Parts: sequence; C-alpha cells; structure tokens
Amino acid sequence: MELYELTIHELQDKLRAEETTAAEVTASVFQRIDAVEKDVHAYITVMRETALAEAEAADERIKRGEGGPLTGIPIALKDIYCTKGVPTTCGSRILSRFVPPYDATVVEKLRAAGAVLTGKTNMDEFAMGSSTESSYFGVTRNPWDLERIPGGSSGGSAAALAAGECIASLGSDTGGSIRQPAALCGVVGLKPTYGRVSRYGLIAFASSLDQIGPFTRDVEDAAVLMNVIAGYDPRESTSVPEEVPDYRSFLGQGIEGWTVGIPKEYFIAGIDPEVEAAVRQAVKVVEGAGARCVEVSLPHTEYCLAVYYIVAPAEASSNLARYDGVKYGLRAEASRDLLEMYKKSRSAGFGPEVKRRIMLGTYALSSGYYDAYYKKASQVRALIKRDFDLAFAKCDCILTPTTPTAAFKVGEKTEDPIRMYLSDIFTISANLAGIPGISVPCGFTAAGLPIGVQFLAGHFREGRLLQAAAAYERHAKIERRRPTL
Amino acid sequence: MEYEPVIGLEVHAQLLTEAKIFCGCSTKFGGAPNTHTCPICLGMPGVLPVLNKKVVEFMLKMALATNCRINPECSFARKNYFYPDLPKGYQISQYAQPPAEHGWIEVEQNGEKKRIGITRIHMEEDAGKLMHDEYNPVSHVDLNRTGVPLIEIVSEPDIRGAEEAAAYLKRLHEILVYLEICDGNMEEGSFRCDANVSLRPKGSDAFGTRTELKNMNSFRNVQRALEYEIKRQQYVLEGGGAVVQETRLWDDTAGTTHSMRGKEEAHDYRYFPDPDLVPVVIDEQWLATLRKDQPELPLEKRERFVRAYQIPAYDAGVLTASRALADYYEEVVRLCGQPKIAANWVMGDVLRFLNEEKKEIRDCPITPASLAAMIRLIEEGTISGKMAKEVSEAMYRTGKAPEEIVKEKGLVQITDEGALSETIAGIIAKNPDQVAQYRAGKEKVFGFFVGQAMKATQGKANPKLINDLLKKMLAEG
Repeated sequence: MELYELTIHELQDKLRAEETTAAEVTASVFQRIDAVEKDVHAYITVMRETALAEAEAADERIKRGEGGPLTGIPIALKDIYCTKGVPTTCGSRILSRFVPPYDATVVEKLRAAGAVLTGKTNMDEFAMGSSTESSYFGVTRNPWDLERIPGGSSGGSAAALAAGECIASLGSDTGGSIRQPAALCGVVGLKPTYGRVSRYGLIAFASSLDQIGPFTRDVEDAAVLMNVIAGYDPRESTSVPEEVPDYRSFLGQGIEGWTVGIPKEYFIAGIDPEVEAAVRQAVKVVEGAGARCVEVSLPHTEYCLAVYYIVAPAEASSNLARYDGVKYGLRAEASRDLLEMYKKSRSAGFGPEVKRRIMLGTYALSSGYYDAYYKKASQVRALIKRDFDLAFAKCDCILTPTTPTAAFKVGEKTEDPIRMYLSDIFTISANLAGIPGISVPCGFTAAGLPIGVQFLAGHFREGRLLQAAAAYERHAKIERRRPTL
Repeated sequence: MEYEPVIGLEVHAQLLTEAKIFCGCSTKFGGAPNTHTCPICLGMPGVLPVLNKKVVEFMLKMALATNCRINPECSFARKNYFYPDLPKGYQISQYAQPPAEHGWIEVEQNGEKKRIGITRIHMEEDAGKLMHDEYNPVSHVDLNRTGVPLIEIVSEPDIRGAEEAAAYLKRLHEILVYLEICDGNMEEGSFRCDANVSLRPKGSDAFGTRTELKNMNSFRNVQRALEYEIKRQQYVLEGGGAVVQETRLWDDTAGTTHSMRGKEEAHDYRYFPDPDLVPVVIDEQWLATLRKDQPELPLEKRERFVRAYQIPAYDAGVLTASRALADYYEEVVRLCGQPKIAANWVMGDVLRFLNEEKKEIRDCPITPASLAAMIRLIEEGTISGKMAKEVSEAMYRTGKAPEEIVKEKGLVQITDEGALSETIAGIIAKNPDQVAQYRAGKEKVFGFFVGQAMKATQGKANPKLINDLLKKMLAEG
C-alpha cells in the first residue's frame, strides 16, 4: 500500500518506528495530488511549499523525540477556516482574493499538534449546498465515480480523503455537510456537539448550527483528531467548558448490553432500497455486537427540513451582510453611489444558491413575518431537541441512514433546490438539536457507490458515539476498497 | 387651541471601559484612524464576539442609579442594516430582553420636582466614523470607535417642554459622570441624544404624530431644536395640516430642522437573537455588591450638604456639580470646621481661578489643606479678609502653603494693642479738627480715622482692633 493510503494511526506507528519520514509521507500525498487532482478537483488552494517545509520541521521534531499527536500527518482543510496569510475563499467569488490576517482556533490547534497542512479544499459557496456544485471554483468530482458529486458542502475534504490527496481532513457541518459527503465518499465523518470544537475563525454560515469536525479513514482516526480539536475556547461565547476525555480510550470498549434506538421516522418513502438494505444490515451487525435494537420515535422529524430552512437562511442573511465590498473581498467598480456599490458587489460576488438563501432569511426576519417564521421555527426547534432528549432516555445511541441515496450525478439536482435539500433530511436534526453524529461506511451499492450509516448520541457524548461506531466498524468488517482513479 | 408637547429622549452614553465591548481593543478617543482595531471589531470573516463583563457592570450602575428594575437575564440581538461604518452589516444591541426597565429620575425646574420615567437601559456597540474628502468624491472610514461600548437610555414620553428636556439631560449626564462610567464629553460624542416629539391638545391623553430629531450635540442644541420643532408642529397643526412621521435633522447654523427620511424609508432592522452570544445572567449577589459600592448621587449629596452644612441650596448645587469638587469642599470643611466660609472661598476664588484657566478641580494648585489653613488664619485674626484675597491668589499661582506666603509678603496683621495705640494716639494728635468734629457728633468722621490708621499700618492692622481702640481713645480725649 502507498503511504498516502494509510490512516493517521498507521502512519504514526511507521513514523515512530522510523520506517518512514514525514517528508516521505507528504511527498507521497503530493504525488497523488499531482496524479488525480485534475480529475477530482478537491482543492481550491494547494499549499505545497509550506507543507513540505512543515514536513521537514516535523521530521526534526520526531528525531528530537518532540513529536505531537499529529506530527508529520498531511491534513486538508475546508476553505472555510481562516488561515493566516493563505487565501480563504469559502467557495465564493466575493472572497476570491481574501487573505485572512489570523488563524482559526482549529488551525492553531492543528499546527500546535504538528500537522502538515496540504491545502484548502473545495466546498459549496458559503457551505450552502449538498453537492459542492455551487462553488465559484468549479465542481468537485466523487472519486468513486467522476460523473457524480461528492456530496457537500464539505465535498472537497471528503473527496480529497477518498482520493488519497490527504491523510485526513476537516470540514464543517451545518445541516449534514460533514456526514453526508462522508457517506457519499466512503469515509468516516464526525459532527461534534455544538460548542465542543471552537468556531472561532470558521466563516459563519448559520451560527447556531455550524460545527467543525473531522473526515478520516476509520473511527480511530476520528478519535485522534477529536483529541486535538475539541475543547473550550475563551474566544467563542458558545464554546462549552466541558472537559475533553481521551476519545481513543472509548474505542475498544464494545457495545455489549447497549440499547440502540432505531427511529421509525427515518425509514421513509424516497429512501433508496439499496441504502435501506445496507442500513438494515448495519442494524443486524450492531445486534451481533451485543446491543439490543429498539424502535424509537422522533415525532417532530417531519418539521426538521422546514425549521432548518428558516433558521439557517435567517442567520446566514445576517452573517453574510459583512460582504459589502467596503473593507475586503470583491468590490464592483464604477458605482455612482453607495447603494449601487452594495448592489453591484453583492450581485456579482454571490452565486444563485447564496442569493436564494439570503432572500429567504431576510424575508423570514422581516417585520410582520418574524413571529410566523423565525419565532415559530425556534419553538419547533426546541421540540425537536426535546424529541432527542426523550429518545436518549431510552437508548444509548441512535442509528439511522446518513443519506437517502448514494451519490447522485453532477447536475442532477441543481435545477431543483428542494430535491437537493432533501439529501440532508437525515442529518439536519442533529444540528437543530446540537447533538453529535457520525457517519461510518456501511457498504456499497451494486454500482460500487459507498453508503453510510449514521450514529447519533446525546450532548457531549462523543466518546460513546465513537465507541458505537468503532464497535460497528469492527464487527461489520467492511471491505477496505479504494476508488480506481 | 392650546397644545402640549410630548417628548421622549434616547440617550447614547459611551462607557469608560478600557477595552471595547466584544474584543480587547482600546476605547481611547483620537488615535490615528483604524489603529484601535483587530479582526473582531473589523468584522472579519470568522470572528466571534465575547462580552466584556465590565460593560455589564457599568450598565448596572446606571440602572441602579435610575431606579430601574433589573431583569435576572438579558440577551443580545442583531440590528441589521448596511452602512460603511458598520463592518458586520449589523450592530449587536439588545432588543426583546433588555437588562433594565421601569426606572425614573427626578428633575427640578423652578423649584418643582418631577419624575421622568426611564423605559429601558440596554447595552450595544458603537459604529465607526465616516470621513468625507472635501475635494474628491471619496469617503474614508475609521473603525476605531467600532465596538466601543454604549448604553442606550430611553425615557418615557414624560417630558413636557424643551427646557424640561434639557433639565432631564443634565441630570442624566451628571449621574453618568458621577458614577465615573462616562466622561460625558458631548463634543467627542460620548453623550448623544435623539428626541421624539409630538404635540397634543392640552388635557388630552392621546399621542399626536411624532417626529424624531437627530444631530443635536449639546444641551443647548437639544433645547433649541425642540423649541423649533414644537413651534413648527404647532404651525402645521394650526394651519389645519398634519404632522408627518419622519426623522428630522437639526441644523445648528440655520437653527432649523429638516426632513432626513420618512416613514416609508425607515429601516426594517430585522432584529433577532444573536446566536454568537449567550444570555447574560445577573444575580442578586452581583447586584448587592454593586449597590454597596454605589457612590452618593448628586441629588442626595446636594440635600445632605444643605442639611449637614447649613449652606443655601444654591451653594450646594454649585459645590456638587462634580464629585471631585464636592470631595474637595468636604475636605476643606473637615479641616477648618467652617462650612459656610469654606463654601464662599471654594465657590469664589477657587472656582474663579480655575474657570479663568479652564481647569478642573483635580488640577487645582491649592490643596484642601492649604485652603483650610488659610481660613484658620483669618479666623485667628492673623490675616484680614482682604489680605486673604492676596494670599489665595499667591497660593493658586505658587502652590505654596498660606503660612509661607504670609511670611514672605510680611502680611501678618498687627494685633499688638500697645503699638497700635501709639499709632492712633499720633493720628489723634495730628488731626485736632477732625477730632473736634467727631466729638461734636459728626460720626462720619470715624471712617477718616480708620482710613488713616490703615494707611499708617499699610493695611496690616486688625480692623476690629482699630475700631475698638479708636472708639475708646476718641471718647477718652
């Protein structure tokens, strides 16, 4: 196997045993990028020079015995984190030339842990989308089938990992933007509890829903990355001062005697039969691991999509007001007055999906509509959260499909936003409730497309979540396939 | 018909915290443009606000001083609008859950006291400043002020005239400055006021259509603008017209108000709870500590001065104009035990010297101890009141103690009866005509003898002693 195909923990073993060097690992990843990036287009910015320098520095540290938890590991970042001195576009024309003056907290943490940053990955513009097709920088292809989308909005991070263009990556999840592309690209994707990983430096889409998380090749790697990125940050008011356990310590514990909830509302018409069959099989695997599966109900599930498409655009309409052409980002030339400058800059800078959501959100917050939309949605959101609280009183974790279908074709849903929105139907609830969720590969369709199963747990129960996912992974023995590129 | 004005005021006061409300940048006024900034107050992508607790504390001090009910929990909201001085495209303010409500302050006008209600007090961030190039069609933005903490104090529509409005503002201003939470500098914009004004027939309970007045940067301008606007609305109504609901700008030079934007162009601010901030919890323990540390407020102090020092209300008003002046006065009284005389000296010479140089009491070269010592010298008869004038002037110029000045200038009053008797005997001997006139009953001539005695002693003689000796010696003759 090539170095670029290994997991973080496998590479750590090799590095520690001096079987390889960070420079070799990084070189392997960049050779792979050179080979497949033209087909996949996972990156917006490739940070080759700094990465090679970081790898050399990492080798020095390893030699001195000062290696950190990620020393010498090539990791890709979704282009939504501010990186000091490195362009950060959020997939948008309006930020196409924006270079942040500071590093996001997670970027600081990755650097401190010794990671080699490979580059900034493609994404739906401002994380608004489920296919990575709304990026100003072009479409990212699914490495399993280049005719298909990788999912979104963190499609670049998922595709880069699946294609071997990094060893792990980070994404952000507002309604499923980590778990959905993870499922569609056949990798592990974790969305932590709201408040668990600092949002400082994450360009905001919907502030009450956004959360940062890892894409990895297996569950153990997710635990490794969580150990680095989780934790309280005084720079974020919604960050929670909850102690960070060693997530790796949960992995081997198994789920014997656990109760796993299967929500009846998640096996609905519209779910692809192959996906349903794979997830039903996953239920059997979990039972085989010693857990008892019981049906649970999350009665307000049907409102999730509606609530999400009021709350998220409302917050986005305000969060994206700062892109006005005054201080940074795109400014349209030759405007006669201020209003024209705003209109021309924003019209040229934002793509159609972003505009649609700004309009939706502006409307939902407008005088006379606020109570009917935003306020009502906030009330229903509280009920959705309560559904989970009640369910978790009866079970240790919940198992659902991650997505209703496997990866769809490029262009298939771009003309029909509602159909596009439906691809997040099983993931949105976790964001509304603020709970953690993980997608783990659970098989392939006949056409060879990956399928994911989702586990959900209560607030700050990432340890339990990883415990369940690891047990499933061990018992399911999903074949470690590689996409052929 | 006789109309009655109905006025409500919105005051924005900049708080004197070291750091801005949501980041660590300095709040100092007057730095080079965009030097007191960071990614957070610049509204860079990805940044998040963290509330400065000192801002809450300062807001609570004002809420307690204005008798507000303090809510156990309050939250922040976003006020959305586009303007180049607002880098995030929204201002973080408070809307549905304000921290303080239902307060009041007392204002006094022509000896009558009246309560003006405070609807609410809330915290928010200030915006930046635009600077328009005079010669080119270019504007610049300075974001140093962005994120400087403000409290907004909204009054009930309880104010019934321009003069009353000015009195209310002066009271608020005085309280803010007393609490040391705002420097009150209106020119630099630390204390700003918008006014809502409408007219209604006297005796009516209904409200008329109101206009909002902006751009008044002094107490005088608030009063002038309101006077103008009340007349303008009265003219409109008397002419059978209707007042239009709009925002009007005060033009200081023209002395008029003019329409800035109508109701149709009014912003829809799309307030909603700021998801980046968590609710602020204000517990009883915090309030108890603040109540304990709350300083005496101007009105209370004024009343205590009248009561404790037996000085006129007018004097108490002057002496409590600032906390520092009141403290100065009280120290002088403590050291000399003469409240009325101390009041006269502080209000007289001390304030006059300071005013001439536009200085504050904290810069006064005469310490309370020196002033008290001087008052004691007068009481003891060491110097005369007239000499004291010279002494105080010298104290102010040199900062020296009064005893030292008296010695340097040789100002010590002659209180030696024997020496003075000799001088007086000489004067009597030299002026037989006047002595005869006096003895014939022409008492006016007494003044002549006093003058002669003063002249002979170069004004250093104790006037009372001269009087006594003259009377005695003229009678003896």
